[in-house]
Amino acid sequence: MLRATLKSLLARKLRLVLSGLAVVLGVMFVAGAFVTTDTLGRTFDKLFTEGYATTDVAVKAKPKIDVSEMEGEQVETPLPAAVVQSVRQVPGVRQATGVVATDGARVIGSDGKVVTSYGPPRIGMNWVGTDDIMQMRQGRGPEKDTEIAVNEAVAKAAGIKVGDRVGVLTQLPKKTFTLVGVWGYTEGRDSIGGVQEVAFTEPVAQRSMLGETGVFTQITVRTDDGAKPSDVRDRIAAQVGGGYDVKTGEQLAADSSAEFKEALSFFNNILLGFAGVALFVGTFLILNTFSIIVAQRTRELALMRALGAGRRQVINSVLIEALVIGVIAAVLGLGAGVGVGALLVTLFGSMSGGLDPAPVGVPLAAILSSLIVGVVVTVVAAVLPALRASRISPIAAMQDVATPDRPLTRVTVTGAVIGAAGATMLGVGLYGTSSLWLILGGVLVTFIGVALLTPLISKPVVAGLGRLFSWSVPGRLGRLNSGRNPRRTAITAAALMVGIALVTGVTVVMDSAKSSLAAQAESTVKAEIVIGGDQNGPRPPTFDDAVLAQAGAVPGVRAAAGVWNDQAVVDGKRTYVNATDDLAELADAYGSPALPALKSDQMAVSTQEAAENGWGTGDAVKVQLPRGEEHTYSIVATYDEDAIPGSYMLPAAATKEFGITQPFLGFVRLADGATMAGVLPQIKALVADSPEVAATDRSSYIDQQAGTFDTVITMVQVLLGLAILIAVLGVVNTLALSVLERTRELGLLRAVGLGRAQTMRMVTVEAVVISVFGALLGVVVGAGLGAAVVQALESDGITDLVLPWTQMGLYLVLAALVGVLAAVLPSIKAARLNVLAAIAHD
Amino acid sequence: MIGTKAARADDVWKVYGKGEAQVVALRGVSASFERGKFTAIMGPSGSGKSTLMHCLAGLDTVTRGTVHIGGTEVTGLGDKALTRLRRDRVGFIFQQFNLLPTLTAAENIRLPLDIAGRKPDPQWWDTVIGTVGLGDRLGHRPSQLSGGQQQRVACARALMSRPDVIFADEPTGNLDSKAGAEILAFLRSSVMEHGQTIVMVTHDPVAAGYTDRVVFLADGEIVAELDNPTPESVLEQMKAGEVLV
Ligand SMILES: Nc1ncnc2c1ncn2[C@@H]1O[C@H](COP(=O)(O)OP(=O)(O)O)[C@@H](O)[C@H]1O
Ligand SMILES: [Mg+2]
Repeated sequence: MLRATLKSLLARKLRLVLSGLAVVLGVMFVAGAFVTTDTLGRTFDKLFTEGYATTDVAVKAKPKIDVSEMEGEQVETPLPAAVVQSVRQVPGVRQATGVVATDGARVIGSDGKVVTSYGPPRIGMNWVGTDDIMQMRQGRGPEKDTEIAVNEAVAKAAGIKVGDRVGVLTQLPKKTFTLVGVWGYTEGRDSIGGVQEVAFTEPVAQRSMLGETGVFTQITVRTDDGAKPSDVRDRIAAQVGGGYDVKTGEQLAADSSAEFKEALSFFNNILLGFAGVALFVGTFLILNTFSIIVAQRTRELALMRALGAGRRQVINSVLIEALVIGVIAAVLGLGAGVGVGALLVTLFGSMSGGLDPAPVGVPLAAILSSLIVGVVVTVVAAVLPALRASRISPIAAMQDVATPDRPLTRVTVTGAVIGAAGATMLGVGLYGTSSLWLILGGVLVTFIGVALLTPLISKPVVAGLGRLFSWSVPGRLGRLNSGRNPRRTAITAAALMVGIALVTGVTVVMDSAKSSLAAQAESTVKAEIVIGGDQNGPRPPTFDDAVLAQAGAVPGVRAAAGVWNDQAVVDGKRTYVNATDDLAELADAYGSPALPALKSDQMAVSTQEAAENGWGTGDAVKVQLPRGEEHTYSIVATYDEDAIPGSYMLPAAATKEFGITQPFLGFVRLADGATMAGVLPQIKALVADSPEVAATDRSSYIDQQAGTFDTVITMVQVLLGLAILIAVLGVVNTLALSVLERTRELGLLRAVGLGRAQTMRMVTVEAVVISVFGALLGVVVGAGLGAAVVQALESDGITDLVLPWTQMGLYLVLAALVGVLAAVLPSIKAARLNVLAAIAHD
Repeated sequence: MIGTKAARADDVWKVYGKGEAQVVALRGVSASFERGKFTAIMGPSGSGKSTLMHCLAGLDTVTRGTVHIGGTEVTGLGDKALTRLRRDRVGFIFQQFNLLPTLTAAENIRLPLDIAGRKPDPQWWDTVIGTVGLGDRLGHRPSQLSGGQQQRVACARALMSRPDVIFADEPTGNLDSKAGAEILAFLRSSVMEHGQTIVMVTHDPVAAGYTDRVVFLADGEIVAELDNPTPESVLEQMKAGEVLV
């Protein structure tokens, strides 16, 4: 029996390759995810170990607001210079250096643009000389307040060299310095992990990075030879008291690495999610392949039964076949996954500019998960066909007729029940518990339900679609062929449905969100000119607050108001807060009912937030800003959060204690009679020094707001493209099998005069009908899912339901194209068929 | 001269395979088939009957020699021209699997015309349908028809385009004798009444009795011919042939 199984395996190479390919692609993503996270994890371990190699112990002030690496930017609480002195007294301390080092120093390159970073921070620091791993490449460290040095990574990215005048953006407005030195690191590295570093003199670093002199972000301690860092740490901690975090370099390295790994696990989950989709679609493909294989082997299996093989043996013969395919596909997928992982790591390394990835390794988790996933998916998909095979009666061997089409009642009822269960899960997930797992499970179960209903739907829909092609004989024949085996057509189409439904669903949600946002901006933003930039780092790009006053003075401008943003602890709760220099104007710019200007101890709260906390005007609320002591503000006004974004609005005075002391948003109002053409260029000129922000007119600003969603949509489309690719393999597979099965028919057709081109057209029509049917299902199901999500998000501000008709139409056209492509090989095969061989056989 | 023959083979050789595995299926066969005549090709199994028919019909290429259908030389035609030739000027009836399962009987009959984009001549349609006697079965699919009915549909299809010649490879091979007789009578009458040319491969002396002439093949060569055969004379010839072999 085993030998017979293996023989039949080899005899059907094409089918196996195609269905195996689906598993290979899915497993590839699974393995790729594990390899990538493992390799990057080791990379970060090494990176942080090195980064803290010259730190035995570090002292930092406890942050006023605790923010983890990934939630936003940690605002360092500065520690006073006196602490450095007191740390120096601690026994075992050989050297204690006050260090300023914080993110946010942006160098303007020789092309006038800010040097960007895709992740690693852009550190502004004080020059404290070189340490064991730093090497001066050119020049020297800064000695005067007008001088800076940078690391080689910055020098290369900015295209600057010693002697150049270089603009740097910090918390202060753009300042120009003379570059006096460039340093690198041991082993010829330009940076540690792509971090960009700009070194100033101590007072400049303090003023521009921390906003005040006489403070540092941390104290770096080298211990005496022979002193244990942990002992010294404990002694320092006792010395400085509870307001400070004292950690060894080793601890810091482990902490930072752990935080990065947490971020990586998110990335890992995304990859695994797409692997899941790919494997789910692949399951359909495998199910179909095995059903067809069983159907084709009916006689062979019946003969085996007649010769005394038991049902179990028949089931096993099919399952062993699946097992072999599963193992082979999993191994190939693992190999491909290691490749993908290596590629992703390299990509990550080069994107982050100078991250030196650890050698690619294959963790045990990757091997195990690949094998398990590949084998389980394949074998599970083969169970149904195997059961069907075992029900073949020995008599079938003697009969030429194929088993008649079984009625669809059972499948349809099952589909309806499963579909309803899926919809219920989805409903509960969306409206009831808001559990992501319930929603995802609901989507999955709904897909299975719809897939089971597909054979029933396929009859009328395929017939209807086919009418479009019925004008020619090949078209009519193709249409008839696509309706011949509703189950096979259905599963093939359902595989395509999944990918297209997901893409459509995401597009519906994104487009709705985009449109709602644009509508909101449209109805709220009244300001004629907006100053702001796209946020693509941990903090939004900001501009010099002096710009606001200058803008107010431009002829033709009636008023200008700015908005600041940072995190704070309000009434014990961590949250984002805004601040403005002119609440009255801001209210007007947002088209909100009039609000008073804020005094330095007053704040405004959104009606929604006030209601939630039971606050009213006149109440006092405690606010801890990133810097300074806790303040109490009294609520003087409330506003509608739908009109003015954000829950809290603080006075301009509060921004002195913000971590980010510059505004990120500015509104400019025109005076009566002033023209946009007259004013806008002047405002643009004012922010020319801040390349990250721009002054735009109102409508461009609104477009820009909505534009962020497009990137997400494109990304999802690209990633789900894989699921669609697998589905296309399914169409190819189904067609190739149809052609094979109908060898005689094709021979007959060719004998009675069907030309080669006509034969190809016939096969192509069949493919197009199946693909378009799948896409149609996908678009309908996806639009339904998307609409359900949008409905559920109504209270979160997604008020418009936008069905992306153009996109949906495009998917249908694309599906037709996919059908044409999928038909290329099978149709060539059909056209090349030797007429004689086809009719003469048997 | 050529014009008077519906189909002709001149010194046709057909060799399959190479070297050790080489099989010579036809060795210099020359034969012509007159218009309006019903010819049977007979011979023992493996004698090359099917091969000859396939070569005549342009389904297979010859190794050497020439084949003509009507005034057209078939040998050397490209796939396009051969397809058109099969569609417009040749009819086929195979032993089994003659019909497309997705099409009704009527659609199967019309298929070659549909492929060519032509409409059937209504009068001819009625005549053919009338003589095959399918009547109310025209809307049925092949799976709903008996073997004999299926072969009659195949005959009607072959006749419908009024081809120069119809090739039939053991058309009654899968039928019981009654259904077989019906098909043969039908073929016979289309020759008599409509002047159709038919070339039929068979190994059944009774079937050969319906024809005007029998060509005997043995080992790839024509070994005998018999005009106006009867089952008895055919049987006699076959016996004589066996003695020869
Ligand atoms: N495609 C082929 N390849 C090799 N040999 C073939 C092929 N087709 C037929 N033959 C051989 O040619 C000879 C004639 O075959 P065929 O014409 O089918 O005989 P018949 O129809 O008289 O039984 C036989 O010996 C057969 O084995
Ligand atoms: Mg034969």
